Amino acid sequence: MLKEKITAVNGLNVHTIQTDKYKTNTLVFKMKAPLTKETVTQRALLPYVLQSGTKTYPTATALRSYLDELYGATLNVDLTKKGEQHIITIRVDIANEKFLKDSSPLLNKAVQLLSDIILQPALENGEFVAKIVEQEKRALKQRIQSVYDDKMRYANLRLVEEMCKGEPYALHVDGELEDVDAITTKSLYNYYQKALQEDEMDLYIIGDIDEIEVLDLVKSHFQFENRAAAHRKSPITKKTITNVNEVIEKQDVKQGKLNIGYRTNITYEDDQYYALQVFNGIFGGFSHSKLFINVREKASLAYYAASRLESHKGLLMVMSGIEPSNYDKAVNIIKEQMEAMKKGAFTDEEMVQTKAVIRNQLLETLDTPRGLVEVLYHNVVSERKRPVDEWIAAIEKVTCEEIMEVANQIELDTIYFLTGMEEGK
Amino acid sequence: MEKLFYEQLQEELYYEKMPNGLDVYILPKKGFNKTYATFTTKYGSIDNQFVPLGQTEMKRVPDGIAHFLEHKLFEKEDGDVFQQFSKQGASANAFTSFTRTAYLFSSTTNVEKNLETLIDFVQSPYFTDKTVEKEKGIIGQEIRMYDDNPDWRLYFGTIQSMYKNHPVRIDIAGTVESIAEITKELLYECYETFYHPSNMLLFVVGPVDQEKIMQQIRDNQARKSFKPAAEIKRFVYSEPKEVAQAKQVIPMNVQTPKCLVGIKAKNVAQIGKDKLKHELTMNVLLDYLFGKSSPHYERLYSDGLIDETFSYDYTEETEFGFAVVGGDTAEPDRLTDELKKIMLTFREHSLDEQDLERVKKKKIGAFLRSLNSPEYIANQFTRYAFHQVSLFDIVSVLESLTCQDIEQVANECFNESQFSVCQVVPKNTGN
Repeated sequence: MLKEKITAVNGLNVHTIQTDKYKTNTLVFKMKAPLTKETVTQRALLPYVLQSGTKTYPTATALRSYLDELYGATLNVDLTKKGEQHIITIRVDIANEKFLKDSSPLLNKAVQLLSDIILQPALENGEFVAKIVEQEKRALKQRIQSVYDDKMRYANLRLVEEMCKGEPYALHVDGELEDVDAITTKSLYNYYQKALQEDEMDLYIIGDIDEIEVLDLVKSHFQFENRAAAHRKSPITKKTITNVNEVIEKQDVKQGKLNIGYRTNITYEDDQYYALQVFNGIFGGFSHSKLFINVREKASLAYYAASRLESHKGLLMVMSGIEPSNYDKAVNIIKEQMEAMKKGAFTDEEMVQTKAVIRNQLLETLDTPRGLVEVLYHNVVSERKRPVDEWIAAIEKVTCEEIMEVANQIELDTIYFLTGMEEGK
Repeated sequence: MEKLFYEQLQEELYYEKMPNGLDVYILPKKGFNKTYATFTTKYGSIDNQFVPLGQTEMKRVPDGIAHFLEHKLFEKEDGDVFQQFSKQGASANAFTSFTRTAYLFSSTTNVEKNLETLIDFVQSPYFTDKTVEKEKGIIGQEIRMYDDNPDWRLYFGTIQSMYKNHPVRIDIAGTVESIAEITKELLYECYETFYHPSNMLLFVVGPVDQEKIMQQIRDNQARKSFKPAAEIKRFVYSEPKEVAQAKQVIPMNVQTPKCLVGIKAKNVAQIGKDKLKHELTMNVLLDYLFGKSSPHYERLYSDGLIDETFSYDYTEETEFGFAVVGGDTAEPDRLTDELKKIMLTFREHSLDEQDLERVKKKKIGAFLRSLNSPEYIANQFTRYAFHQVSLFDIVSVLESLTCQDIEQVANECFNESQFSVCQVVPKNTGN
């Protein structure tokens, strides 16, 4: 199993993982803060501005040319919500020169570059560059709007909006459209300075590396001012469900998108988390699960019918694409599967199968640098640390009773259906 | 068993042809948890007219049948193969492309058992009238899902605008109407013709012992009997060099318009290193013109004509090759004109040698990165092998590319008569 070493360097937690299985070396930087209406849009914009120019390479074109020169090093950024925390991720992946004819060292250049992107952005008059900010504000608006055109994503987003109304989790990961225009080069720069001081920061370095050398590199390149090693946690908003919310929305679509949200009342921190994982696997996580078998294989109603967990918020989401006229049929079948879970109507075989697949999925995820970081980062987001070895052993130990207990804690919250104009439900 | 060693990349590949004609490749990957295996037939959506095995006349089969067959192969008399794989801790899948159908699994335990399941389920078809009918509802919803997906409609619209006759223009899943015509007899006919071992390739990549795995495959194949390998006769479509139509507009329920320019290649080499070179040259050319570090990209981005959805891609198979360039845009007509202009005026400027070297470096690094992925290795190796090309020649061919090579491909492809554009635009729905 891979060994993760964690070292605090200048208020930054550096995670190093030494392995010779890849042809590249990977750097993943993450900064995390609570999800709030006031900051969500600025945070959604910030990494895109940072990746558009540094002091040394002040335009996106100059920066991208430099990346090409470094044998096509890749640089990408994204945003995620984990529970009620908003996470900015910046990744740099660079070839390991030992597989190239030209063997000038590349990793130190990648560390330097990543640190420049984070700490030495392109500036004018002590603020971000107006042209870059304007371009990225436009791109951000396009990104926010594009969800409407992807009906699967749209239906999922609408379910969360309806289900978590008034909770921070309802905020959009890419920010709020109406707050984009108000951002200025100055306000964003001020926010950036504040985030550098207050966000919790983690840097993962994976590859065929010398851990001592690479830590020295990080020490010299990542110098923060006035930075406290932050660790802040925002409590998760809980909700009492009084009645099930049913939302039907009509649009010009051929296929209806049925998205159902449940509250599991269990998060990554809880002892029941492993039982919840097994629950989800039997219920809808895989192609042997109840949803796939009953909605798709038996009733022939859908091409996809699955469920997934939001581990840090405690949500379970079911999604399926169906003929609009089959709404009642599909909802009933899905409800029946949940009832079956609550009653313990699943076999030992289903349990064994699900555990084997979960174990396999976890081990496969660890084979990619990106997957590995995502697995490890759960331990940063949550107070509860769950090493990979523990994961595998604990999944094995989950019992039928524990799964039923989990099932009986799960509450139906919202049924959302995006359907065609003519046929109703 | 033959051993191929790629020193610079530090990869070893083992190969053997089975007596029944099946090609088997094994690439041991130390340090990985996962083993990934693909079992692929050289049979895809474009193979819709052929002489069925044992017959003499050309036959036209319903659109979408290769993909339908892929779905149905998972169902057996005693249940679903997905169940079998998950009991063995594996995740299984399959996909159908224009020219291939691939079945695959990945697993971190029980590799030999899973490999046996993979080979056996693909080599034992079981189709009944009842299961064929049931699948029509499922695939019908798969088709509907794509109908509502504007990016897919845009992509296929572009291909349909480029190709007049060639079946690449037909959606891989077919239509609700065309799949209604599929019967179990037709499925067996397609299966017998295209799933002969001599038309297939098995690739295993992961932390495996190559000797053991190869022996297992030899034993497995020796237990089964197949008809002697026969040459497959596919209908040869005649396709004009120029595009079928210059422009197509699809109104849909979207907020942001989309625009894709298609470029139809004229001279596509059938097989061998020339084919690899042609494909890589086109890829380098597109990167040179439209990559994020190119001046064109910068200008289009700062003008607000493109956003992060902008992309370009080149697809080359045995009989056809086409590039697509575009993405979301507020002004689809202006973007169309700009993209065409960039390509048509390319010949007027001389190629910057330094920029070309940079693009080549980027491509070499990207190839190295893709070797981190067992999925990439298995799928791309198979695709190239079907064209009698080796995946591992990519770096040397990239290194050899010259300005003349790039210019030659640009001359071949960048002509108004080879461009077609497809746009998805917001439709006035009144909601």
